Amino acid sequence: MLTKKGLKSPGYLKTGTTIVGLIFENGVILGADTRATEGPIVADKNCEKIHYMAPNIYCCGAGTAADTEAVTDNISSQLKLHRYHTGRESRVVTALTLLKSHLFRYQGHVSAALVLGGVDVTGPHLHTIYPHGSTDTLPFATMGSGSLAAMAIFESEYREGLTRDEGVNLVTKAICSGIFNDLGSGSNVDVCVIEKGKKEYLRNHLTPNPRTYISSKGYTFSKKTEVLLTKITPLKELVDVVQVGGDAMEE
Amino acid sequence: MVSPQTENSLLQSEGDLQRTQYPYVTGTSVIGIKYKDGILMAADMGGSYGSTIRYKSVERLKQVGKHSLIGASGEISDFQEILHYLDELILRDNMWDDGNSLGPKEVHNYLTRVMYNRRNKFDPLWNSLILGGVKNGQKYLGSVSMIGVHFEDDHVATGFGNHLARPILREEWREDLTFEEGVKLLEKCMRNLLYRDRSAVNKLQIAKITEEGLTISQPYSLKTFWNFAAFQNPTVGAEGSW
Amino acid sequence: MASGHGWFGSGCFCSLGGVGCHRKRKDGGDGEDDISFLLQKAENVGKEWKKMERKKIKTCVAIAGADYCVIAADTRMSTGYSILTRDYSKICKLADKSFMASSGFQADVKALQKVLSSRHLIYQHQHNKQMSCPAMAQLLSNTLYYKRFFPYYAFNVLGGLDSEGKGCVFTYDAVGSYERVGYSAQGSGATLITPFLDNQLKSPSPLLLPAKDAVTPLSEAEAVDLVKTCFSSATERDIYTGDSVEIIILNGKGVRHETEQLRRD
Repeated sequence: MLTKKGLKSPGYLKTGTTIVGLIFENGVILGADTRATEGPIVADKNCEKIHYMAPNIYCCGAGTAADTEAVTDNISSQLKLHRYHTGRESRVVTALTLLKSHLFRYQGHVSAALVLGGVDVTGPHLHTIYPHGSTDTLPFATMGSGSLAAMAIFESEYREGLTRDEGVNLVTKAICSGIFNDLGSGSNVDVCVIEKGKKEYLRNHLTPNPRTYISSKGYTFSKKTEVLLTKITPLKELVDVVQVGGDAMEE
Repeated sequence: MVSPQTENSLLQSEGDLQRTQYPYVTGTSVIGIKYKDGILMAADMGGSYGSTIRYKSVERLKQVGKHSLIGASGEISDFQEILHYLDELILRDNMWDDGNSLGPKEVHNYLTRVMYNRRNKFDPLWNSLILGGVKNGQKYLGSVSMIGVHFEDDHVATGFGNHLARPILREEWREDLTFEEGVKLLEKCMRNLLYRDRSAVNKLQIAKITEEGLTISQPYSLKTFWNFAAFQNPTVGAEGSW
Repeated sequence: MASGHGWFGSGCFCSLGGVGCHRKRKDGGDGEDDISFLLQKAENVGKEWKKMERKKIKTCVAIAGADYCVIAADTRMSTGYSILTRDYSKICKLADKSFMASSGFQADVKALQKVLSSRHLIYQHQHNKQMSCPAMAQLLSNTLYYKRFFPYYAFNVLGGLDSEGKGCVFTYDAVGSYERVGYSAQGSGATLITPFLDNQLKSPSPLLLPAKDAVTPLSEAEAVDLVKTCFSSATERDIYTGDSVEIIILNGKGVRHETEQLRRD
């Protein structure tokens, strides 16, 4: 009825984000911005969007924060159990398969759009996973509302066999593109570099958005509600407490 | 300005009016930038019929009067209608024979009023337009949308270009770009669009307008690269992934 | 724009009922077609409003002092999650001593500015003087109400100096309801800025008798400082506010213009 009148019921809240990943000469680099939004309001200016999956696998999440967190935690614990069971390092395909089966089962209602990256016995891997469970295997990937801004950078500057530093710089540049061109993304750049047997989580690798203006004299806020009375009058003086004759509650 | 009658169109019976509810044949992004000597603009030549690329030689960059250049995305027939309006405008202006001629600023303002008035009648012209030009040493570059939103900037883009080209323009654009640098920058943006916009085609034109006049290039195509190893065999070393 | 949303719901349906009745009486109610057409039309207005919310120009603030007035607005124009331009001025000089800052749908705001400036030109020809700020305030209200059933999607603050040289601020909704106040904020950042201004500027209740002046006790420099803080704070938490803030200060000496950079993310 209301829909017919041109009013749209609000769809599932999708939080703005820029997340990216790329494969460099000996590993994978993931990147993310740190803004979390609720509609037009910034809910968290410095949140973490690169989630731990396994010691050699990390995963960036876009979409509903609760979903990305829950789904990565859940699969992460399954991977750990699997490692206890097999005594071997987790593979990226395993994480990929677990994630996509979970997301497919929920038919897109678990709104998590992920960039999964890691290095295992078979080498470096990078995947994207969409909320409905479809996946992609790519040399470079972007997701979230800032994905186009970030992809513009990758498409014009990515090449195979980047060095570690070149890779980190390119990821940082792509995230910055998301931060400055997409309103859903903002604040700082987080980076995670995964190499064979080694990983480096660079939290707040770049902080390009400091506070712009602080008043030199600061502000005062008026005192709280005035206290009108401090005298305490015991209840007993105001009412008569009469003991009503006994036993009603007893057996 | 708007006459009271048209403003009150809510109270008039217009049930019989034919209006564009959705576009038929559309062109995708146009990009325009200022450079050292004037304005550069780029657009591809595809004309999409829904998701089919139906036409491949649609010219979407056109001259307007002496000093202006227009680039259009959106409904092609509406654009051709707009070109008629502009022809009429330029002709009427010429008939004064007073030696004055409309500059890009005037043409842009005219377009904003046309677009806004049509949307007020719930009969919009389904286009996003870019207008650039040079007059009396003044460079001008502006854009107008389907519903009359308009602004000026050093670089502008429509549609997908807003998402894929402007991040690059914001990063690399400079006031003193030479012609060669400007063309290189536009080609970089157009290549991005070609990779990522499904309705873009690899056949484009670039137009230049300066104090000396306007030139629109012959159609040509861009060099592309598709040979990443991971594109050749995505699942190598990860058999078992779907 | 939270108040904008709330207003949008009720506003849309008012126009639906209102227009329908009016039309019916006029032609002696000639049947279904007419009404359904009007419903269609009202539906279009609704859809168009929905669409317009996506092309927004954002936050603006004005503060009136004893002998000055500060009007400020950020310069970002955006559509959805994209920035269209980082440098769009949304403050318009309507007369020597009145400036209007607007948020809402850019094309409507521009149309409104054009109407007002042409009306002001006629006024100058007829009266050979500039319009006063309170007169402009009434004109703005009338201009907005004239389009009651297909409103300008524009949320304005008008600031200036009145004929005694005192600072004045007028605040509006989209259909012309207005009030003279000591300070006001409009647009997407208004929900963040207003409580802060309320706390810092505590204007006396308009119900007080005898009436008290609504102008703030702050000095001009303090007011400008407050405005800068408001915008840099709103930019921290409102995604639609940012890039830079344009500040116009009117006082007995004339008009001053300042800009301050804001976060660009």
